[in-house]
Amino acid sequence: MPLVEEEGGRAPGAPQGPAVDAATAQAYWKKTSGLMLTVLAIWFFFSFAIHFVAPAINPIHILGFPLGFYFAAQGSLIAFVVALFWFGKRQNEIDEEFGVQED
Amino acid sequence: MAQSSGDKDPFIGALGKIYAGYTGGFVIFVILIAILEQMGVPDRILGYLFVFLTIGVYAYIGIISRTAVVSEYYVAGRRVPAIYNGMATGSDWMSAASFIGMAGSLYALGYGGLAFILGWTGGYMLVAILLAPYLRKFGQYTVPDFLGARYGGNLARGIGVVVLITASFVYVVAQIVGVGIITQRFLDVSFAVAVFLGLAGILVCSMLGGMRAVTWTQVAQYIILIIAYLIPAILMSVKVTGVPIPQLMYGFALERIEILEQGFRAAGMTPPPGVTGWHTAPFIGANGQFSMSAMVNFFALVFCLMVGTAALPHILMRYFTTPSVKEARQSVAWSLFFIFLLYFTAPAYAAFGKLEIYQTVIGQPINALPEWIKNWQLMSPYGVNWINVVDVNRDGILQWGEFRIHPDVVVLATPEIAGLPYVIAGLVAAGGLAAALSTADGLLLALANALSHDVYYKMIDRNAPTAKRLVISRVLLVIVALLAAWTAGSMGADILFLVAWAFSIAAAGLFAALVMGVWYKKTTNAAACWGMAVGYIVTFGYLMWTEFSGLGFIELFGSKEAILAAARQTANAATASAELKAYAAGLVANAGAIKDGAMSWIGNIWGSQLATDSVVLRGRVVGRLWGINNISGGILGVPLSFLTIWLVSKFTTPPSQAMQDFIDDIRVPRGGVRLADKREAVE
Repeated sequence: MPLVEEEGGRAPGAPQGPAVDAATAQAYWKKTSGLMLTVLAIWFFFSFAIHFVAPAINPIHILGFPLGFYFAAQGSLIAFVVALFWFGKRQNEIDEEFGVQED
Repeated sequence: MAQSSGDKDPFIGALGKIYAGYTGGFVIFVILIAILEQMGVPDRILGYLFVFLTIGVYAYIGIISRTAVVSEYYVAGRRVPAIYNGMATGSDWMSAASFIGMAGSLYALGYGGLAFILGWTGGYMLVAILLAPYLRKFGQYTVPDFLGARYGGNLARGIGVVVLITASFVYVVAQIVGVGIITQRFLDVSFAVAVFLGLAGILVCSMLGGMRAVTWTQVAQYIILIIAYLIPAILMSVKVTGVPIPQLMYGFALERIEILEQGFRAAGMTPPPGVTGWHTAPFIGANGQFSMSAMVNFFALVFCLMVGTAALPHILMRYFTTPSVKEARQSVAWSLFFIFLLYFTAPAYAAFGKLEIYQTVIGQPINALPEWIKNWQLMSPYGVNWINVVDVNRDGILQWGEFRIHPDVVVLATPEIAGLPYVIAGLVAAGGLAAALSTADGLLLALANALSHDVYYKMIDRNAPTAKRLVISRVLLVIVALLAAWTAGSMGADILFLVAWAFSIAAAGLFAALVMGVWYKKTTNAAACWGMAVGYIVTFGYLMWTEFSGLGFIELFGSKEAILAAARQTANAATASAELKAYAAGLVANAGAIKDGAMSWIGNIWGSQLATDSVVLRGRVVGRLWGINNISGGILGVPLSFLTIWLVSKFTTPPSQAMQDFIDDIRVPRGGVRLADKREAVE
């Protein structure tokens, strides 16, 4: 069975040393953690914070939508999708900045 | 090597053409059915054509994707491009409940139902930033694999398997019930036959090809389910507003609903039981005023569904199949996008359905109701009529509160409400089937893989040859499927409420250990095991206790007023045993002697706005700690699990240098992974 070749990256014969030096790895992780916390904050804002004010903004109607209802039904969802594509792009930039992207 | 072969692989390169052709073929098929309908072919035959042809296509994909290679069977060879994995995750994720049930929940709950929309999308943010890329880099086959490698072996792996099985099994049973409900309605067969049909449809997709077959079938199923969900909504939008963009146009429906509701109230009418009278108003109680309890329940549910999403193994394992860490991240974004397409349409279904009913049904003479209402006045598998018209005040006019509709009807009957031909109804049935089958496939595979890979191969026989492992996987798959179908057939729709539990159980049992494993290097083996056990036992125990012994729960945590109320409810509850009723009646008769529960100081720690109380649900008296519905039981277990892991980590031996190296490797996309325990390595 060609299993070992298929799982080549993790096969016993693969290089066993670290892929990057410790200092780079640490700086990379710091920046990655920063991005994680930023996106986590966006997540918290659009999942919870914005809906606390729903009763207050609901009397405002846009295209018929009460604004508080709109954010829970559509606004937050759009924010989630956009934020995730942005996260993917931003993390790739960080990967390349530190030279830790995959070959 | 799999990682770099994505561009050269002729199959992967041709995927776009294959699925474009498939989509075109499906559209032509629908048009052909429409022509057949015009030629006078009976509805029943059209229903059969829809169900059998779509299942036949899934079976075909399942059979041509058969494989005898372990990595193909468990992780589809790790060559599924981000966008296709996103589609597969979308249909893996969207179950019968999302497709058929969610619009109905929104119809009934109004703003309150949006907790499901938010909860079932926002969780992907957590998947993308906290877990998916790191689990992909780890590069093994299952979620318990990660727990075993990170937390020193079989104890952690075993606990992970227990949580996985608890959360996934009820979920897969619910999917088979969903298949049964749809086939029964559209093929006019008995529930038992319908369940058997569903079982066959599920097995044929997953048994021969494992993850590889399930992946390519799920992509096909996504295409059908999204077409089937969007088309009726678009046609409904045209009927109601004249513009074919339901997601933009239902605002006007909402505005009209608000005005109509106001009119109903002014006329002294009340909404039917279970349906809110203020469709767009957030956080309100039954009287329409702001309710602290409603707000806390909304956010607790959003939290539990999100964290549960990020902990359900059948979702996480989909990100094991991408060619790279980078694609795993992109794939989460695509998943969310494809899920978003359905979820941002669901509130439109609810609004259009409600408006149509409020405008053309309520206030009409009961003997002159539209035809579609008569068609749906029949028994559902839930034991109630799909649509029930009760003339409470016997005036021959249908009042607001006299029109009772089962939530599932909102989607299933939309084609008829909008006056569309039967072909659209068949399309909806095909879409609902695709949703239920694809989710069942993913769950079944997660269950069977945990049993065959984690329990049998990693814990029982480390030296089993490949061929034997794959045979065991398939045998277990069939056994689990039969067990699930048997449970579905014998318990029917009564167990559907358990699906909501799966999120809380997975969230409390797995989320903390997975996240801390990547993000907190000092997490020790003992801490993770304790954290998973505490989260799981507290949450599962809490759910069982409040659901099946509500009065006992209140007697411990409730004030004397709450105990008396719970006793009154129990004495009248439909499913309570005679002894329990007698006991409750005794409490009521002797009301003066009731004292506050021994732990009522905990139960009432937040004051009277969030007091511990009980509600009657599903014929049972269900306890609610701090007024939080037990569907959100994870709100207790998740923080406890994190706290336990953090505290125990402080007092146990820190992880070895080898383990720290392992975590370092997982955090960086480039390079291989050095395992602390070499026996954990794949092959």
